This record gives sequence, structure tokens and C-alpha cells, in this order.
Amino acid sequence: MTYVVGTKETEAQMELLRPLPIFSKESKDFLAALAERILSDAEAKAYPDVVTLGFWCRPASLRQMEKPYVGERNRLGRGIAFHVAPANVAVNFAYSCLAAFLAGNASIVRLPSKDFPQVRILCRLVSEVLQEYPALLPYFLFVRYGHEPAINVRYSSLCQTRVVWGGDATIAAVRRAPLAPRAREIPFADRHSLVVIDADACLAADRARIAQAFYRDTYQSDQNACTAPHFVVWLGKAARVEAAQEAFWGALHECLKTRYALQPVQAVAKLAALYRLGACTEARKAPMPDNLITRVHVRVLPEVLPDCKVGSGFFIEYAARDLAEIRPLCTRACQTLSYYGVPRETLLDAVLSMRPAGVDRIVPMGRTMDFALVWDGVDLVRAMSRVVSLV
Amino acid sequence: MTYEEVLALPPFGVAREEKQAMLKEELLHLTQYHQAHCAPYARMMDTVGFSPRRVGRAEDIPFLPVRLFKEMELCSVTKEAVFKTMTSSGTTGQQVSKIFLDRETATNQQKTLVRIVSDWTGRSRMPMLIIDCPSVVRNRAMFSARGAGILGFSIFGRKKLYALNDAMELQTDAIRAFLAEHAGERILIFGFTFMVWQHFCKALKAAGERLPLENAVLIHGGGWKKLAAKAVSPAAFRAALQEVCGAVEVADYYGMVEQTGCIYLECEHGHLHASTYSDVIVRRAADFSPAPFGERGIIEVVSLLPKSYPGHALLTEDEGIVLGEDDCPCGRKGKYFKVVGRLKHAELRGCSDTYAAAFK
Repeated sequence: MTYVVGTKETEAQMELLRPLPIFSKESKDFLAALAERILSDAEAKAYPDVVTLGFWCRPASLRQMEKPYVGERNRLGRGIAFHVAPANVAVNFAYSCLAAFLAGNASIVRLPSKDFPQVRILCRLVSEVLQEYPALLPYFLFVRYGHEPAINVRYSSLCQTRVVWGGDATIAAVRRAPLAPRAREIPFADRHSLVVIDADACLAADRARIAQAFYRDTYQSDQNACTAPHFVVWLGKAARVEAAQEAFWGALHECLKTRYALQPVQAVAKLAALYRLGACTEARKAPMPDNLITRVHVRVLPEVLPDCKVGSGFFIEYAARDLAEIRPLCTRACQTLSYYGVPRETLLDAVLSMRPAGVDRIVPMGRTMDFALVWDGVDLVRAMSRVVSLV
Repeated sequence: MTYEEVLALPPFGVAREEKQAMLKEELLHLTQYHQAHCAPYARMMDTVGFSPRRVGRAEDIPFLPVRLFKEMELCSVTKEAVFKTMTSSGTTGQQVSKIFLDRETATNQQKTLVRIVSDWTGRSRMPMLIIDCPSVVRNRAMFSARGAGILGFSIFGRKKLYALNDAMELQTDAIRAFLAEHAGERILIFGFTFMVWQHFCKALKAAGERLPLENAVLIHGGGWKKLAAKAVSPAAFRAALQEVCGAVEVADYYGMVEQTGCIYLECEHGHLHASTYSDVIVRRAADFSPAPFGERGIIEVVSLLPKSYPGHALLTEDEGIVLGEDDCPCGRKGKYFKVVGRLKHAELRGCSDTYAAAFK
């Protein structure tokens, strides 16, 4: 095991720490200082995901985030939060740990196993800021270790909140390590997402921009992030939908040609997924010039559909006459409903009236990956803090 | 054309024009046959909008990724007609392919194998040394690729000896006795590449033994995956073999359980050859269009054999290069090619799982 930020002593000090209140002055000052460092760092500039984190930490952004919690003076952090970061997303660990800090907690982070330059940069910047705020040193311990269950057991017994990213299999593996009696877990399981597009709005839009927004939501993560839509639901008259599809996918294809490299195994996996889908439901492949975008039209939305997702640019399309038709997709595993050209209140009303097991977020197209303090239906600040109630 | 008529054609004597015309016709028939006899396959063809009218050449026939046979049961005969089920030799924990054979397809596989291999070994049967243990063929209910390969090739053996016991120990004394008994005769040696390397070649070397196999032909196949992991190249393999058994003739073959019978054997120029009864098409990953000769791409194998299951056009997960057609210096007609290896595993972004695997 390697200590990347903090030392063995940090671990011992952490146990004796007193929790902070939520949105403490300490945490806000620290995040502001980190924002400043990130946004002025020459190396960080090259990584848009790191820069985005920098903007997220700025005082103006923090003020927005704090709004729902103003007046909740009686909340304190629960104690130590232990974060298991996803192996193949670079900056997620930082959001997870900073959210825990805003909620008043110290953090132990198991860094991604993959050696991302972004992780290296962020660890360096966090260390630098900690030099300015030595009192906060015991609040941060970033470690890197392999598949060692013993270390999971140690940190799981130490923490009051365990935050597990990475999906069902990781959750199952980490759960072999018991938690302290009052500790709780925030697991981020495997999810799927969908997008609803209004055909008329799409036709009126700037095509390059809409393609760009959709690219961010999908291909940027190889369509592998939980937030990335696998289902594209179109609203509008048949002829308009057809025209909008042509314009939309055409613009996306233009955008992909220079930016996305499809690897041979991905092409084979998508072809297999297409046939698998075709074998289990009535589906029709839409003609495309190459394998960058795979589109399959379905006439009904059976509940088995979410099992057919494969990623790397594989989209199941459906033309709906009414929003209520998306209900079979809104299973427990359904996370993000993104939209273009549909009023968000309309979507919220539709979701609330269908009372589905899933759908945790309603987000405009292009912003599905934006991290927020409410994630997967969990209010992270409230979930990682406790209330001192006054009767 | 019936398959008997196809099989009556010389295995390496049909030139491009005639072969491609026949392939197109017969593959089209097979596609329509499977549409009529395998419901999931018919739905798949609907999914890609298959229309016989749009098939101008063999390359236009839809191809299924071979992994589909691991994920679903695809069969074009009734359950009662299934005579045996073959499985691929996946490593532990991996899903295996399930291939359903009726008597007709199983018989045709055997006949096809004979037609192809006799071009290398001649028509007469030979004393045969099998580099494996006897137990691998004992369970006949579920055929593994290894067992099926050995049984398939056994038809070329007049008298057979398993070179290993069930503890995978090389039976050197028995082999010496066998060779003495057949002194002066041409010997056929058959085994899976890894078995030949690990339990024959290396075992002989470790024991400091040398076998007089100058008059033998070794046919081996079953993938280079494990050997590539040990950094053994085909040239090193051949050299190491010849060190322990003289100037033995060595022929690698490429084939898979999903198209048993139609194997691709390596000629003396190191080229794998497609026979009259099957073909290879190398496709570009970008759009699945056929790549020109000399360009690296994904290997598709087509075969006129599979009738009891829809496996006549399969996209493998191997990379290869078609080197030419009808003009290999060995004189055989048809395409010749080489296999580069497995497709590289994609390193994907996103938040899917890569952490848990090692905990299992």
C-alpha cells in the first residue's frame, strides 16, 4: 500500500478528529484555495475534467450548492468517510471526498488503480493546499492499494460512512468487509440512463452544438458512465421525428469522425449486442455509414431492454406518442433522464405521476456528467452528516 | 448443389471465380434455410433487414459474432435430432460455445476434415501419436474442442498411441516401442499447440531425450494464446520441436469448434489455406467492409458445412491478413492468410467494473 496524500500518522490522528459542521468555514476556505490552484496550474489546464472540478470548487459555485442547507446549523459530519473510487474514472474520487468534507467529514480514499495523470495532478494540488492549512492535514488520506481485502476490512471498521463507486461487483466485493455498528454505506450501483428529445426543438437547434452536448454525455465516457443514455426517446410527429433523427445522428457522426476511435473489439461487441437484442425483441437496425454509431429502432419497450446495453455508441431508439410510454425503462436501475427541448417540469410531472422505481435525476442534455451534491437520489451532505435535534 | 456435390470438388483446386460464385449461392441457401429453421436467427436477420436480393457476392451474407454461440442456444434442428453437442474449450469461469450437431452435419464435418487433411497426409492411414491423455475423449456426452479434435483426426490413424497418461506425464518408453514397431513408416502426430509445447517438447528437453521423428508429420492447432503469453513464437516452437525430434514436418492449423471440419492448414510456405468448402474474409473494424489483401482486420470465416446450427458465416475475435488468392507457391488454389492474434481487449473509460474481478 502507498500513501499518496497523508501518512500512517494521519490515519492515527484521523481517529481522534472532531467532526466539522456542514459547509464549515474551514471546508469552504479549503475548496476556494484548491479552486484557485487548479485554475492557475499549467499542468491541470490540459485536462478539462480537472478544470471542471476547479470551477466546481469556486466560492460562487459553493454558494449555490450551500443554498438548500442554509439554516441547518445543527448538522455535524458523521466521522470518517471511506471512499472506494471507480477504477476507470479519473476525477470522481475528488468529488466524493470534497462532498464528504463539505458534510463535515475526514476522508480515506482508495485511489483508482489506473495511473491517471489527473489523479497525480490533483494529489499534488491537494498536498500543496494542505501546506497552507496544516490544521486540515488529518482530514485527508489518499492511498493506493491492490486487491487486498485486509485493507478494505481495516478502513471499513474505521469509517462511519463507506462510499462505494464502481458498480454491483465492486459493491459485492467491498461488502465482505464489515462496517462498525452505526456506520452506513452509500453504494453507487450499476445504472442505466435515457434521453428524451423533442423532434421540433432538435430541428430548430444548432446541430453542431447539440451533437457536442450529446457527445459529452455518451462517447466521452465510451457510453460507460451510469449517466450515459443508452435509450433515445423521440417526441413529435412521425415525419418530424424522422427528419430530426437524420439531422441529429448526421451531426453526431460528423463530430465523431475526428474525435472517436472505435476499437475492433468494440465494433464486434456492438454487432453481438445488436443480434442479441434482435433475438429477444422486434428491433430494426438503422442504416449508418459505418460502425461509429449503432442505432436500433424498437417498436415496444419491454423491461428486458436495459440488459441489452453495451456502450461504445450503441443506441436503442423509440418514438413515443406520450411520455408515459417510457415507464418500462424507468426500472430501479434507471438513473438519469436527460432531455432536449422538453420542459423539465413536464418531465418531473410525468415521472412523479408514473411513480417508477427508478429515475433519480432529470438533467439537460450535455450536463449528465456534472457532479452534484445530490447524486443517484442520495443527498450526500445530509447522508454523510447527522442532525442534533432540539426538542 | 448438395453438400455431397460440394465435397466432390477438389479441396484446393477450384479457382476464384468458380469458388466465389458457388459460395455466394450456397451461403445464400444456408441463410434462408436457417431463417426457416431457427426462429431467433430469423429475427436477427429481420433486425439487420436481410434481403436475398441485396446479396451480390459472398461478402454480403450477414455474419454472426462467434460469441453469440456462448450467450444463446442457436439450433436449426429439433431437440430430438441433436446427436451431439460440442463445446469450446474455454478456461475455467468463461462461458463456452454450445454447438448442436445432427447426424448429417456431424458426418459432413468428418468427411470435410478427411478431404482437407488428406491433401497433407495422403490417403492412406498412418500410425498416429496423440499428444494428449486418454481421458480427454472419454466423456462423449459433452464434447470439448480438444476431445472433438482428437476424435476427428483419429480417422487418419491406423494404430493410435496416447503420448501422455492421465497425470500428463510423457510415456517415453511406450513411444519408443511404438516407433520401433513402425520403423520406416510415416507417422502422424496430432495435438493441441499448448499440449505439444508443454507436455511433449519441453518434457523431452527436460529429460534430455530425443525421438527419431524425421519421417513424421505433426499437425497442431488450438490457438497461440497461451504460448504467446509465454512469449513463444511459431518459429521458436518449430525450432524447439526439431531439436528434440529431428526434421519433423510441422503444420499449424486454424479452426474453431463453431466450424468444426473446415480447418485451415499451414503449407510449407507458412501460409494458412482456405479449402473449397470454406473461406476467410478479413473485415475492417470501422465499417465491416472487406479489407483488401495485405490489410489487417477482423477474421470472418464462412463455411458451407453448418446445417444443424446457423454458423455458416461467423465473425471471429481474431485478427488476420489475407495474403493472396490462388497464387501461393505451394500450388493450392483458394485464399491463403495468416492469423495475427486475438483482438486487443479494449481499455474503456467510464465507471464500469474492473476492480472486483481479482476478488473473485
